[in-house]
Amino acid sequence: MTDQSHFVEIRHAQKSYGTLEVLKDISLNVERGQIVAIIGPSGSGKSTLLRAVNDLDSLTGGEVWLDGVQVNKDLPHRQYEKHINAMRQDIGMVFQHFNLFPHLTARENVVMAPKMLKGLSKEDANKLAEEQLEKVGMLDRIDYYPSRLSGGQKQRVAIARALAMKPKLMLFDEATSALDPELVDEVNMVMKKLAEEHMTMIIVTHEMDFAASVCDRVLFMDQGVVVEEGPPEIVFKNPTKDRTREFLRKHLAGAA
Amino acid sequence: MGLDFTVVPAHLDIILLGCLWTIAIAVAAAVLSFFGGIVFAVIALYGPWFIRLPFRLIEWVFMGTPLLLQLFLIYFGLVQIGIDLPAFVAGIIGLGLHFAVYNSELIQTAILSVDKGQMEAARTVGLSRGQALRKVVIPQAVRDVIPPIGNNMIALLKDSALVSVIGVSELTLSAQRAIGATYRPFEFYLVAAAFYYVINLGMEWAQRRIERRISISR
Repeated sequence: MTDQSHFVEIRHAQKSYGTLEVLKDISLNVERGQIVAIIGPSGSGKSTLLRAVNDLDSLTGGEVWLDGVQVNKDLPHRQYEKHINAMRQDIGMVFQHFNLFPHLTARENVVMAPKMLKGLSKEDANKLAEEQLEKVGMLDRIDYYPSRLSGGQKQRVAIARALAMKPKLMLFDEATSALDPELVDEVNMVMKKLAEEHMTMIIVTHEMDFAASVCDRVLFMDQGVVVEEGPPEIVFKNPTKDRTREFLRKHLAGAA
Repeated sequence: MGLDFTVVPAHLDIILLGCLWTIAIAVAAAVLSFFGGIVFAVIALYGPWFIRLPFRLIEWVFMGTPLLLQLFLIYFGLVQIGIDLPAFVAGIIGLGLHFAVYNSELIQTAILSVDKGQMEAARTVGLSRGQALRKVVIPQAVRDVIPPIGNNMIALLKDSALVSVIGVSELTLSAQRAIGATYRPFEFYLVAAAFYYVINLGMEWAQRRIERRISISR
């Protein structure tokens, strides 16, 4: 019934703001259970590409497909809103600045959407909150408000919030960039755990070591195009393009 | 002829009844102005133009004309088109809508200053824009705006004296009635002032309690 065969498929993604082209004809396929990292300098369009997957940033051209359904379908406004809200339930997203709801506790952050959208009973919601917060190691802080959590703890709750909708795909937009260095590991651990559970993930990151250790594939983007793409061993150890080499040299030198 | 407060106790019953009316009207109008303010703010920010523009007109009327005139319009004016409201209802509606417009200004600013990431995060878990506003953005905006709204509510309490002119026996009119019976304006206006002050203290206390409850989550 479908004319596509990949789990996630981005076809000829194009995005411009006026005359500024931030994505220039990008295509990307991700298979079920795969983890793809997108790296590149700031302004390369990597976050824009990620945010196009759940239509937080709408493409000006091209298509995004998830599991046989087009995400950015061309529909009349009202129908499109319904469609995209349903699609987004299947696409979890984690932000650089967590974006936890500060007026809700960790538990309430996790169960708000499932309660509203899936009509969970109180007991089921509580069970879900405990389950998801336990998974990210935050069960002991279940009734804390975000203001009383560290950055790493906030991000772990944010991951639990995204997982509570049982998404098919997780998007991470520089999930550790805003964290103090000593808090990065706890978030990376959670992401590794998800990888072991074969969650399909697209990760925009500045952390080359982490990308190298968990990802099946790495995309290096610069100025709105994919410069180089391949398994991490190749892209990180033997990049074929000068621009990739230059970027990695700067970044790995900074990390050392 | 000096001050003689011994005349007060005999008329304390109507003064106290007036207090109850003042409190009832102020509380009802405050609730209306709070929720009305949220509705007005959402319409002003997100409403389609054919709803937004008529609301702009209403807003202009309530901000740009005297509250006293608005009360006359609602109580005496609407009768002509067949809407005959009891005086206290007209008073509550007039005060409530008048202050709803002021609250709406505060709430609009607060909604716009809620971090953009909040709406994004709510949308990414599948909430519609309306759901995200209701559950995520507006609760945060309202929380930020409780102190200035509290100031508006104290102004509302004081302006509730105006509903005496459409014949609601609230505190000010009750004081006038007592004066009519005793010819003791100074004493009874002072007593009324003291009661307004006490009611005000009560409102400030309630506001502090609400603020304290909210601050737990910060």
